[in-house]
Amino acid sequence: MELTTVWFALIAVLWIGYFCLEGFDFGVGMLLPVLGRSEAERRVLLNTVGPVWDGNAVWVLVAGGATFAAFPEWYATLFSGFYLPLLMILVALIVRGLAFEYRAKVDDDRWRARWDVALVVGSFVPALLWGVAFANILHGVPLDADSEYAGGLLTLLHPYALLGGVTTLLLFLTHGAVFLALKTDGPVRRDARGLASGLGTAAAIAAVAFLSWTQRDTGDLASAVLFLGAAVALVLGVLAVGVGREGWAFVGTFAAIALAVAGLFAALFPDVMPTTLADGTGLTTTNAAATSYTLGVMTVVAAVFTPVVLAYQGWTYWVFRQRISVHHIPAAGRVPEPQR
Amino acid sequence: MDLDTLDIARWQFAITTVYHFLFVPITIGLSAIVAGYQTAWVRTGHEQWLRLTRFFGRLFLINLAIGVVTGIVQEFQFGMNWSDYSRFVGDVFGAPLAIEGLLAFFLESTFVGLWIFGWDRLPPRLHLATIWLVHVGTVLSAYFILAANSWMQHPVGYRYDAVTGRAELTDIVAVLTNRVQLVTFPHTLLAAYMTAGAFVVGVALWQLSAGRSRPGADRSEDRGMFRSAARVGAVVLVVAGAGVALSGDLQGKVMTEVQPMKMAAAEALYDTEQPAAFSLVTVGSLDGSEELWSLRVPHLLSYLATGDLDGEVRGIDDLRAEYEQTYGTDPGAAYYSPGDYTPVVPVTYWSFRLMIGLGVAGVAGGLAVLWATRRGRAPSSRRWVWLGVALPLMPLLANSFGWVFTEMGRQPWAVFGLMTTERAVSPSVSPTEALVSLLALTGVYAVLAVVEVRLLLHYVARGADPHVEPRLRDDEHDPERPLAVAY
Ligand code: HDD
Ligand code: HEM
Ligand code: HEM
Repeated sequence: MELTTVWFALIAVLWIGYFCLEGFDFGVGMLLPVLGRSEAERRVLLNTVGPVWDGNAVWVLVAGGATFAAFPEWYATLFSGFYLPLLMILVALIVRGLAFEYRAKVDDDRWRARWDVALVVGSFVPALLWGVAFANILHGVPLDADSEYAGGLLTLLHPYALLGGVTTLLLFLTHGAVFLALKTDGPVRRDARGLASGLGTAAAIAAVAFLSWTQRDTGDLASAVLFLGAAVALVLGVLAVGVGREGWAFVGTFAAIALAVAGLFAALFPDVMPTTLADGTGLTTTNAAATSYTLGVMTVVAAVFTPVVLAYQGWTYWVFRQRISVHHIPAAGRVPEPQR
Repeated sequence: MDLDTLDIARWQFAITTVYHFLFVPITIGLSAIVAGYQTAWVRTGHEQWLRLTRFFGRLFLINLAIGVVTGIVQEFQFGMNWSDYSRFVGDVFGAPLAIEGLLAFFLESTFVGLWIFGWDRLPPRLHLATIWLVHVGTVLSAYFILAANSWMQHPVGYRYDAVTGRAELTDIVAVLTNRVQLVTFPHTLLAAYMTAGAFVVGVALWQLSAGRSRPGADRSEDRGMFRSAARVGAVVLVVAGAGVALSGDLQGKVMTEVQPMKMAAAEALYDTEQPAAFSLVTVGSLDGSEELWSLRVPHLLSYLATGDLDGEVRGIDDLRAEYEQTYGTDPGAAYYSPGDYTPVVPVTYWSFRLMIGLGVAGVAGGLAVLWATRRGRAPSSRRWVWLGVALPLMPLLANSFGWVFTEMGRQPWAVFGLMTTERAVSPSVSPTEALVSLLALTGVYAVLAVVEVRLLLHYVARGADPHVEPRLRDDEHDPERPLAVAY
């Protein structure tokens, strides 16, 4: 296989890792006010992702860095072209990361309420916009003869792109609800299960619509198989949560996201950013790629270190495998004031 | 290409990067100091080390959070505002950046989660290993990103491909062992230790001279504990400070060879001199071209630049003529009239002096604290509070000035000798978009600065929690036990 193809696949893997992992913490963030009706319950939700959200977020940084190294043209055109949506995502990721870390640091209801808003909005925006962005990549955007983005902000908003956004949004909500059903106990778990079934149904409808549309426009055999697999996994996942098999349900939504993203990359290949202009130059795995020397170096690094990363991230999930319920939340009580 | 987008993109880069680098040195250095305290606890079982681990550990985490989220902007900013730069250098520059993510960011972010929440889940030695791995992650992160930056200062291990019009990597080892990198990395790393050392001293001084104890804690015990903390911090500050000076001296020599203009601009030296003196301060025109009065140390610049007390140091005018010969007369006209390769001299001159001066002042403060805490003594007068406040700011600002000097002194180049900053900017980004981004990020960062400072002060004032012995969880026998640490 060509090294450029290997790197296209590796970048797909990084995005899959990102969406499968950060996907559920986006979901948990958005569900905070829905499933966390008391302060103790909200803290249960936060503590399910507390130890892992930062590690999950790094997947997108590595996806960005790897794109820079392996496909510089793609990195340059994509991020300068999708400028304002990306800016919104960045701001959202900033406030949401701090919400996790700072919310519990001051014992004050107003303080917490503000960070709750930051968490919900900061999870909602990327969950929606990543879908819009990927749909646009697949759909193609106006790139001129120098592969520079020639559209505006509104160019990126069309029905197909919006459907992509709604799909990722609903998928991540479902994934988050399933994750919470798996990781909590008591009323939160019960409610999460109920919600997961409903959300899952909506997600399945959106996903089938979006993936069929993609398949019709740019799909090939590989993407068809992957999309089909994604749909089946999602349906099985939703059924599993309905009958209380939370572990299997999580495997289902995880696999559904992984297969759907894999299918999107398969449908994109060998383009990386097609153009909609007749006289424009679209980007492909060949004309956007770095030299084979760079790709070779990066391949060695990735081959050695990716398994290590997967091993210690996996181990982290194992260490924190225990379900969390309100009993585990230490008393919030006012922090005693210092005295002389 | 639009001039405004360039201006705005430069402001954004300077603001976001300097801001990021306020948190980075503390993260690098404090992770090591906290790991050191925890090691002391694991080895001696002495309660005070555990209390210090938790106290400074919390401050470390508050600081880390902003370092992490502002880093996200850094990762994508090259593509957003500097797309032509990214196209030109991606083949070379992208590799260290991607390796940094894979090796360092994963390590640091995963193990910091294990460290925060693992107190009752991991046996003590394993738990200790997690904080050391966090530190290793921060050092690796610094190594790779500095390798990327050093390449911009002094491109090596690449070839220019005229067909693709870009720089292409030919030797990754050369990039990772760039001679500029080999002096930059120790200098920056040691500067980070200095900064964290000063931070610890500052907090401890504050506690000693103005602090109150938490209920249930013993005041005299607390004083003993913060005295130990202050001494550890001061030793780190002074030793790292010596290392910073040594490595900075080496850096000066390498810099003079690879970017002689930067050294000339650091001294505002217009005419070549041999031997050259170093001016500590100058009163005169801002760019140093006319001078009313100055305090000079003879031969020092010669020594700093060449290692020889009588070495020749070339001046700006000479070098400019030479650069025009080598690179032509138009390096990009945004800031520099055509044919002008001179960086903004007032900035380079004063940032270089402030970097060194604030660093020296920091070391002096560290020595004063060592003296005041000698043989069991501990300062208690309120006057020390002021040193406690000022001390952390000195190396922190020295770091910022160091970077402003390094990066401004490289101008008009983004990649020295290969690409000017003007040509690096994104052609497709409109000034309006760039401005929205600049305002949004600056606004968010300003709010975060207020939040962060208030949180830090809150926890500094709160003092160290009373000792609680960590106890491993046993999910089978006691499944309902509350978590030791929870958000
Ligand atoms: C606590 C912070 C601190 C202190 C006290 C110093 N420095 Fe520094 N210096 C830095 C923090 C720093 C830095 C922020 O880390 C820089 C910016 C880029 C770099 O490599 O390190 C830097 C850059 C930098 C450069 C530019 C290198 C280049 O552009 O290639 C030189 C020549 C020196 N330093 C020299 C010194 C000397 C001779 C010092 C004192 C005796 C000194 N520095 C103290
Ligand atoms: C090692 C990682 C770094 C890289 C790869 C890097 C890269 C760059 C790039 C691409 C520019 C071009 C924009 C411009 O010239 O305006 C720049 C400028 C600048 N950087 Fe760095 N930088 C790094 C670290 C830092 C740090 C840590 C600081 C400060 C704390 C800093 C301060 C600046 C400043 C102030 C400018 C603006 C110079 C000017 O516009 O005149 N940089 N840097
Ligand atoms: C402009 C260049 C820079 C980029 C692209 C960049 C990128 C990043 C990113 C993405 C993060 C967050 C990682 C996370 O989520 O855990 C981060 C944090 C950090 N960066 Fe920067 N950074 C830059 C400048 C620097 C410099 C110059 C240094 C050190 C000399 C540095 C050292 C660190 C450290 C120690 C952290 C916190 C710990 C960590 O996450 O590893 N960065 N940076």
